[in-house]
Amino acid sequence: MDTAVTAKKKWWAGGYSPFNVSYGKLMMWYFLMSDAFTFGALLIAYGTIRFSSTSWPDPNEVFKSFPGMGHAELPLMFVSLMTFILIMSSVTMVLAVHAGHMRDRKAVAKWLMWTIVGGIAFLSCQAWEWTHLFHEGAWWGRNPFHNVDGTAASTNFTNFFFTITGFHGLHVTSGVVLNIVILANVLKGTYDQRGHYEMVEKVGLYWHFVDLVWVFVFTCFYLL
Amino acid sequence: MEHTHTAAGHESAHTDSSTKSIWRTFWILLCITLVEVGLAFLHLEYGFLPRVLLNAIFIGLTLVKAFYIVAEFMHLGHEIKNLIMTVLVPLLLFVWFIIAFLYEGDSWKNMRKDLRPGTPVEVQKVAPAEKHH
Repeated sequence: MDTAVTAKKKWWAGGYSPFNVSYGKLMMWYFLMSDAFTFGALLIAYGTIRFSSTSWPDPNEVFKSFPGMGHAELPLMFVSLMTFILIMSSVTMVLAVHAGHMRDRKAVAKWLMWTIVGGIAFLSCQAWEWTHLFHEGAWWGRNPFHNVDGTAASTNFTNFFFTITGFHGLHVTSGVVLNIVILANVLKGTYDQRGHYEMVEKVGLYWHFVDLVWVFVFTCFYLL
Repeated sequence: MEHTHTAAGHESAHTDSSTKSIWRTFWILLCITLVEVGLAFLHLEYGFLPRVLLNAIFIGLTLVKAFYIVAEFMHLGHEIKNLIMTVLVPLLLFVWFIIAFLYEGDSWKNMRKDLRPGTPVEVQKVAPAEKHH
């Protein structure tokens, strides 16, 4: 945030920065708002279909596996780990942004590196979960799980699960790519030349948004 | 950050407190998640708390987590009020979306139950006459 705001602010007359943030950051906010509506639409569609169904599979029955634990029933454990990883990577991202304010190039690079590690760890977890479910016979258009009341479930459950977690995973993937790009720039010294690390903040906003979406996905698919 | 126009040295004075608030937010988020998972387990094992109440708690805690991520990590809580309003007010549409769509879904479920072929006998007798309006 090195946008030096002049003493006389022309708030709404085409002045430099009516919201006291740079153009890029403001547009990132608007993009995230539109993305929130996309995810919101998907989750509300899921909720609508779930409300319209007489019965639905029990998430604790479906998501109960943990890598290397065989057939032990451990509902919620794996997804809690994934949640922890994502929250942790959000923290390292804020620390990178913070180090950017201090113009501490090495610290920015270190924290960005950890953020990328966290992102890749999360994606690996998701890859394992998808593979595991796939081997259990679940995929788009296929649902081996029964409803809570014992009746055969429709494919709505798996369709929504793979679509929404897949769309979220896609966001994580592009977040990791963006983080790698800015890490390369940090190491090259691009932002030192530019005089500020605002790009880290903008990508950081996106990264936190991905974490935010996961908070809702976690609640909607695993808790409720 | 209402004071960004001041010298850069001003910011470094706040180094310590700033990192502290990051970690504070982290612990809050972690604790809320642990409480959620803990409640889910208590419900699974002992049937603790009725499902409806539990779901309400989950949704409430989710919104608290969302608040901390947006306000602290995304720094929106420290931006000027106009920006906060510009971002948050459009999201209020979700309130109506959620109510309208879930109500619609519930209505579909009731119709499915009532109109399932051969289920309640009285529906078969009464429904055809009444369904015309």
